[in-house]
Amino acid sequence: MESKKKLMDDNGKRLDGRLWDELRPISLEVGVLKNADGSAHIEWGKNKITAAVYGPKEVHPKHQVLPDRALLRARYHMAPFSVDERKNPAPSRREIEISKVIREALQPAVIVEDYPRTAIEVWVEVLQSDGGSRVAGITAASLALADAGINMRDMVVGCSCGLIGETVVADLDDTEDKEGNGDMPVAIMPNFGLVTLLQVDGIYTRANFQKAFELAIEKGKQIYGMQREALTKRFFGGEPTTTQVEEAAE
Amino acid sequence: MIPGDVIARGNHQYGGYIEKRGDEYIALRVGLAEVGRDGVKLNPMTGPYMPRAEDEVIGKVVDLNGFGWVVDINSCFDGFLPASFVFGREFSPSTHDLSSKFKVGDIIGARIESYERSRDPQLSIRGQGYGKVESGEIAKISPTKVPRLIGRRGAMINMLSEKTGCDIRVGQNGVVVVNGPPEGIVKVLKTIKMIEEEAHAADLMTKIEEYLGGATGGE
Repeated sequence: MESKKKLMDDNGKRLDGRLWDELRPISLEVGVLKNADGSAHIEWGKNKITAAVYGPKEVHPKHQVLPDRALLRARYHMAPFSVDERKNPAPSRREIEISKVIREALQPAVIVEDYPRTAIEVWVEVLQSDGGSRVAGITAASLALADAGINMRDMVVGCSCGLIGETVVADLDDTEDKEGNGDMPVAIMPNFGLVTLLQVDGIYTRANFQKAFELAIEKGKQIYGMQREALTKRFFGGEPTTTQVEEAAE
Repeated sequence: MIPGDVIARGNHQYGGYIEKRGDEYIALRVGLAEVGRDGVKLNPMTGPYMPRAEDEVIGKVVDLNGFGWVVDINSCFDGFLPASFVFGREFSPSTHDLSSKFKVGDIIGARIESYERSRDPQLSIRGQGYGKVESGEIAKISPTKVPRLIGRRGAMINMLSEKTGCDIRVGQNGVVVVNGPPEGIVKVLKTIKMIEEEAHAADLMTKIEEYLGGATGGE
């Protein structure tokens, strides 16, 4: 089944003891950077990622100005110390690609038409990396955008699924990503009902694809609940939930 | 409410930071929702200052050219105050010296004359109380919390200036100028910080009143 390591034992437990549909522990915090307009920090398994949002602000260079909407910029970057072997800090092919998919995953949520002639910059800095850092980055970046008070149609939340042998599993860690048989990062807008990121590698049967995709969405909605908690904690002191606020207002 | 939440369903009037999708009213910002007789409202907790016509703002002159002043109004757009609005229609760059009126670095109170999506906001100082701000301590509050600082029909700001003996001027862009006795100014600045942090509290007014009352009693 596996080439090098056995990723799942006979009881269906994975290397870190999780069952096939279990997530790694996730913690989210909003408003961690004082100098950014919005920021968030996520720790997801061994991932430690900080996202910052600056803007809306003036566009430089000026020729990139869009007269009717904001220019959304995203940068995904891995710190040199984020991996075992020092990583060259220059953006790699992989980081440039991930910057692009993060930008495109956030673009449908941000109402860019409300901020004409401006730039909104999203910086995703990976301080420690594990599997699924792009979906963790997207999850943190959307929190940072909400913290910055940019008009958004919905939050964006990501989760990855994959294959170990022929078994669909949720939330791959680094080893499973490298040694496993497939990886599928998915980002969704949970209320709007839109998939904003879907990347796949590996060979899936039709049934497995369906199962992995649906599992990613289900887990994404679970993480969306954590996003809500983090924002509530930041802005309402963690006490009143949204429903209570609604009651109080009526 | 967080972005994407459904605030209400049905048919209502609705304010800013809300999008209507089918019969659902969706929040676009983190904020507190109000559903009442006058429709659906969302009071955002965070966000940048976006200029609106008729807003009173306080800004800093950052540049001047032959035709007017460029003013930083704490927004992603710079305000422009045309010289003809200050000197009148007979203004000509050759006869009038712009720096005699406002210099770079001056703080001015102004009104947003017009703002369109395609152009930077235009300012005007026509009217009572506008123009150069001569003295005072400058503070900032996030623009979305300005309504909280002012309170219902100015209740909060009136109480604050009464209790501290300060003259407080609030720009819609979140810039505040405070004049008065030094102890009063310190108290106002602390209160502004408090409002910033506890803007979501339902009993903010009582809390602030208590704080101010306590502070006077303690001295």
